[in-house]
Amino acid sequence: MFAANFEYHRAGSVAEARQLLAAHPGAKLLAGGHSLIPLLKLRLAAPEAVIDIGRIGELRGISNGGGALRIGALTTHAEIASSDAVKSGAAALAEAAGLIGDPAVRNRGTIGGNVAHADPASDLPTVLIALDATFTVNSPDGERSVSAADFFQGMMATALGEHDILTAVNVPAGGGGSAYVKFSHPASRYAVVGAAASLTVAGGTCTSASVAVGGATAVPARCASVEAALAGQALSADVIAAAAAAAGGDLGDDLLGDVFASGDYRRAVTPVYVQRALAAAAERAG
Amino acid sequence: MSSRIFGSGIRRREDPRLITGSALYTHDITLPGMAYAVMLRSSHAHARITRIDTDRAAAAPGVLAVYTGADIEGALQPVPCAWLLPDSGLKIAPYPCIARDVVHYTGDIVAVVVAEELPQAHDAVELIEADYEPLPAVTDPEQAAGADAPQLHAKDVNGDDIAGNQAFHWTVAGGDVDAAFAEAEADGVVIKERILQQRLIPNAMEPRGAVAQYNRATGELTLWNTTQNPHIVRFLCSVVTGIPEDKLRVIAPEVGGGFGSKIAVYPADFITVFCSKQLGRPVKWIETRSENYQATTHGRDHVQDVELAATKDGRITGLRCTVHAGMGAYLSTAAPGIPTILHGLMLSGCYTIPALKEDVYGVYTNGVPVEAYRGAGRPEATFMLERLIDVLAGELGMDPADVRRRNFIPKFDDGHEVITTLNYDSGDYPGALDKLLDHTGYQALRERQAAGPSNGKYLGLGLSSYVEICGLGPSQVAGAIGFQGGLWESAIVRFHPTGKVHVFIGASPHGQGEETTFAQIVASEIGVDAGDVKIFHGDTDATPMGWGTYGSRTTAVGGAALALAVRKIRDKAKVLAAHLLEASVEDMDYEDGKFFVKGSPDKSKTIQDIALMANVAWDLPEGMEAGLEASTFYDPPNFVFPYGAHLAVVEVDAATGQVDLTGYTALDDCGPQINPVIVEGQVHGGVVQGIGQALWEGAAYDDSGQLVTGSMLDYALPRADLLPPIDVISTVTRSPHHPLGVKGIGEAGTIASTAAVYNAVIDALKPLGVKRIDMPFTPERVWRAIQEAKGS
Repeated sequence: MFAANFEYHRAGSVAEARQLLAAHPGAKLLAGGHSLIPLLKLRLAAPEAVIDIGRIGELRGISNGGGALRIGALTTHAEIASSDAVKSGAAALAEAAGLIGDPAVRNRGTIGGNVAHADPASDLPTVLIALDATFTVNSPDGERSVSAADFFQGMMATALGEHDILTAVNVPAGGGGSAYVKFSHPASRYAVVGAAASLTVAGGTCTSASVAVGGATAVPARCASVEAALAGQALSADVIAAAAAAAGGDLGDDLLGDVFASGDYRRAVTPVYVQRALAAAAERAG
Repeated sequence: MSSRIFGSGIRRREDPRLITGSALYTHDITLPGMAYAVMLRSSHAHARITRIDTDRAAAAPGVLAVYTGADIEGALQPVPCAWLLPDSGLKIAPYPCIARDVVHYTGDIVAVVVAEELPQAHDAVELIEADYEPLPAVTDPEQAAGADAPQLHAKDVNGDDIAGNQAFHWTVAGGDVDAAFAEAEADGVVIKERILQQRLIPNAMEPRGAVAQYNRATGELTLWNTTQNPHIVRFLCSVVTGIPEDKLRVIAPEVGGGFGSKIAVYPADFITVFCSKQLGRPVKWIETRSENYQATTHGRDHVQDVELAATKDGRITGLRCTVHAGMGAYLSTAAPGIPTILHGLMLSGCYTIPALKEDVYGVYTNGVPVEAYRGAGRPEATFMLERLIDVLAGELGMDPADVRRRNFIPKFDDGHEVITTLNYDSGDYPGALDKLLDHTGYQALRERQAAGPSNGKYLGLGLSSYVEICGLGPSQVAGAIGFQGGLWESAIVRFHPTGKVHVFIGASPHGQGEETTFAQIVASEIGVDAGDVKIFHGDTDATPMGWGTYGSRTTAVGGAALALAVRKIRDKAKVLAAHLLEASVEDMDYEDGKFFVKGSPDKSKTIQDIALMANVAWDLPEGMEAGLEASTFYDPPNFVFPYGAHLAVVEVDAATGQVDLTGYTALDDCGPQINPVIVEGQVHGGVVQGIGQALWEGAAYDDSGQLVTGSMLDYALPRADLLPPIDVISTVTRSPHHPLGVKGIGEAGTIASTAAVYNAVIDALKPLGVKRIDMPFTPERVWRAIQEAKGS
C-alpha cells in the first residue's frame, strides 16, 4: 500500500522540530519509522505533515552519570541491546531491546519512538515501568520529567501532548539485578506476555522488588502483590514461585485477548513468565 | 562431463540471479506508456451491491478509467472451472471477473481504477462510493452445508439450482465397508476422530500480478503473469477474453514460488487484460500482500469425520469418512479435483486396507476460493491415516511403529493395486520405517520418554509414513477424471554447431531448480557439460506446449520428455557417427559423449563432432535430414508414487502449552536423485510448510466473514529460529515405468510432516490424558487441552 499524501519536513535540531510542530498542527513526529510508517502505509494514520526528527544528533546516545543512564530518544534498540552500560546497569532493558522484532527493526527502531507509540504489546514500556524510569519531555513551556507510571496512560496513549517532544529516557542504574522474559507472538514477535523484574538483594534477602507485566493489559501492570510477597524474604526458588503465583491477580479485570491468546490464558500463564524473570533477576542480583 | 553428473549435488544455476536481485519478475516489467490498475475489493463477505458511484474516482488526478461489473459485461466471460469432476453432481457457480449484484467474499472485486501512476490509482480507489446491503455470511464448510446456512448461489452456470451450498458430492468406495465395521464393533476396535484441516494461506514470496500489453494494430496480447502454468493461462485467457490463442503470448518470467496458489487463473489478471485492451496501453497490476491474503487462493479447509475399523491385534479392516471441503466463494480452476481425486484416491496410503468409503462434500462458503496448496489433498489424506493409526496404537497399547508395520503393504517393485484402484509403482514402506527408526535411535528416545517429564517438559515422538501420487499423469486418466486438459509434457532439444544445447520445455519451474536438474539430465544422457545446456521455459511463444508445474510433476513428466528427446538425438548421432567412421550402426557403441566402433574406443566421434557435422551437413548419410534436434511428447503410462517416513520429536511445556520442536528426521524415497542438494532443499521447504500447519498457520474468519488473520502480524509463518536442524535421509527405489526411474520430491515434506508433528504433540501429552487438539497448536489450545484433560 501507499500512504496518503503528506508534507515531509526534516528537523535539524530540537528547536527546529518545535517550530515545525507549532507550524503544522496535527503533524506526526517520525523517528525510526517502525511504528508510524506501517500506520501510514495502511492508511490508519493520515497526518497532513510528518516531521522527521530522525537525524537530530543530540537525541542519540547513552550516557551514564549520577547512578542513572540517560538514553537519548533516538537511540536504536540495537544500540541499547549491545551497550555495556545498559547491560551492566539495567540488564532487563538490554534484554528486552534485544528481543524486539528482528535485526532490521532493531537497527532502525528507537526507544523514543517505541515508548511514544505505547503499543501495549511492546517490550520496552514494561521494562521501563519495572525499572522506574523517567522520561524527559521538551514542551513549549520548557523541559519536564515524567515518571514511567505517569507516562503510559492507556493503549497507544501517553502523557505526551501535541507539542511535546520526548528527548530522553532516564533509567536508574541500580546495584541489583533485573531481567525480562517474553512470550513472543510467533508472527508479530510482539509480547503476548512480557515480564520484567528488578531485585535488590542483601545477604540473600530481597530488599526491594519491582515487577511489571506487559502484553496482557492496555498499560503494563505493576505487580504489587508479587513485590510485597518478596520484600524482606530470603530468595529461594520456592519463595519466588509462591510470589509469582499471585501475578495473575495483579493484572486487573480488563485483559487483552485476540484470536491467538485470550485474556484468561494470558492471566493464567503470567505467573510462569514472572517466575522466570524473577529467577533470572535474582541470579543477577547475586 | 560424464554421466556421473546424474546424482551430483551441483549448485543451482538459478541462485546467483535470485540472490543478487538481478532476476526479472513480473513486477520488474516496465513498458513505455504503462498505466497501473488497482482493484476495489468488497469489504463485505456476503452482500448485495446497492450502488456504485465512480464519478469522484474517475475525476481524480491521473485516472484513465474506472470500470465496474457493468462495463465488463460481454467482454469478459466468467472465470472457468477447469476440473469438471464427473459423477459428482458438480454445480459451478457463476464466477464473474467483477461482481455486479452480490459479493461472496471479502476480496471479491467490485471495480478497477487505472491511472497514470500507481499511487494515483490507490488514491482514486478510495473515492469510489460502494453501498452494500449486508447478507448473512458463513465460512465454515460444515456449517455452510447445514440446513440453516445462508445460501450463496441460487443457480449454477447452467441455470440449475444449487441446494445447500453444495458444489459437488463425490464418493470413493471399495470392499464391504459396512461389514468391516459390523465385525469390528462385534469383535474388534472402532475408533472415531474429528479432524479439522484448517485453511492455510500459501504465502509465496512473490505476490501475484500481471502486466498486459494489448496491441490494437495487430490484435495481439502479451501477458506477463505470475503463474505456474503459462500455457493453461493462455488457453483460459483466450476463453475468458476472446483473444484467439494464436494472438496471445503468456510469459511467466521469474516466478517467486507458488505452492499451488499460482495454478489458478484469476479475475484480476483478466481485468488487467481488459483494461489494456480498452485503453490501448500496457497496464500493470500487482497485488499487495494484504490483497494476497484477501484474494489469492487458500488451501486445505476440510472438516473430516473419520472412523477406522480394526482387529484387536491392530490390523486395519475398514475406513469410513465424511469430508466437508470448503471451496470458498467460487470454484477455482482446479479446485474440485483437490479434495477428491488427489485426496480420496490416496486413502489407502501405505497400508493394506480391505474396505473403505469416503464421501466428500464440496461446499461453497464466504471465503477466498480454495485451491491446491503444496501437497494438495494428499496431506489431508496422509494426516487422516497417520492420525488414526496413532489413535489405534493408543487404544491397543501398541507402539505406533508396530501398528504401521502390521498394516504396511509388503515391499513391491513393479506395481501394486490398492482398494481405491490406483496402481502404485514401487515401494518398500516397512524398509523406510525401519531405516528411519534405526537412524533416529527411536527405541532410546522411547526410553527417555518413559523416564517422565523433565522440568515440566513432556517429550513426544510422532511418526508419519506416507505415499503420494505424483507425476500427473496419464492424459487418458486426466480425461476420465474430468481434468480439462492433458497431463503430458514436451521438450525440444537443439544442438548448435559448437555442441552447445538449447532446451525448450513446456514445464514452468518457479523456484524448484529445474534449470539445473534438466541440464543434468541432458548432460548425463549425452555427455555434454551441464554448463553447455541452456533451459528455456515459461514463454508460450518460445516453448512447446506444457501443462505446468504442480503436483511434483515437472521432473517426473517434463524430465522424462527431456530424457527421451535427448535419447532420440543420441540415436541420430549414432547413425551419423557410424557413417563418419565408416562402420555399420549395429557395430557402434556409446559412452560418455563418445560414439565409437565396438572394441575401438580410441577411434571415436564426440557429440560435439556430430553436432558440427549435423549442422553444416557436408557429409550426412543418404536420406538424413540436416540439424541435430529432437522433440518428444511424453504422456506417462502411470503416476509415480514417492514415499517415506518421518519422525518429529517435541517437548511440550505443560505450564504454558508452548511446543518446542526439538528434532525432525525425514526419510524420503523419490527414486534416483538427479541432484541430492536440490532434493534436500525441497524436503526442507516442504517439511517446514507442513510443520507450519501443525504449529502456527491458520487463516481465521470472524462471524461476519472478515479475515482476522489478514497480515503477517497475525498469520504466523514458520521462522528459522523456531525450527530444529532437519535431518534428511533417503532410500532409493526406482519407478519401474519411468525412463529415469525418478518420482518427485516437491511436496513430500509437506505431505508427511503435519501428521508427524501432530502425533508427536499428542504423544507427549498422553500421560496428561490429552487426545486431540485442533491445529494450529497455539500455546493456548495446548494449555486448554491440558486443563480440560486434568478436569475430566
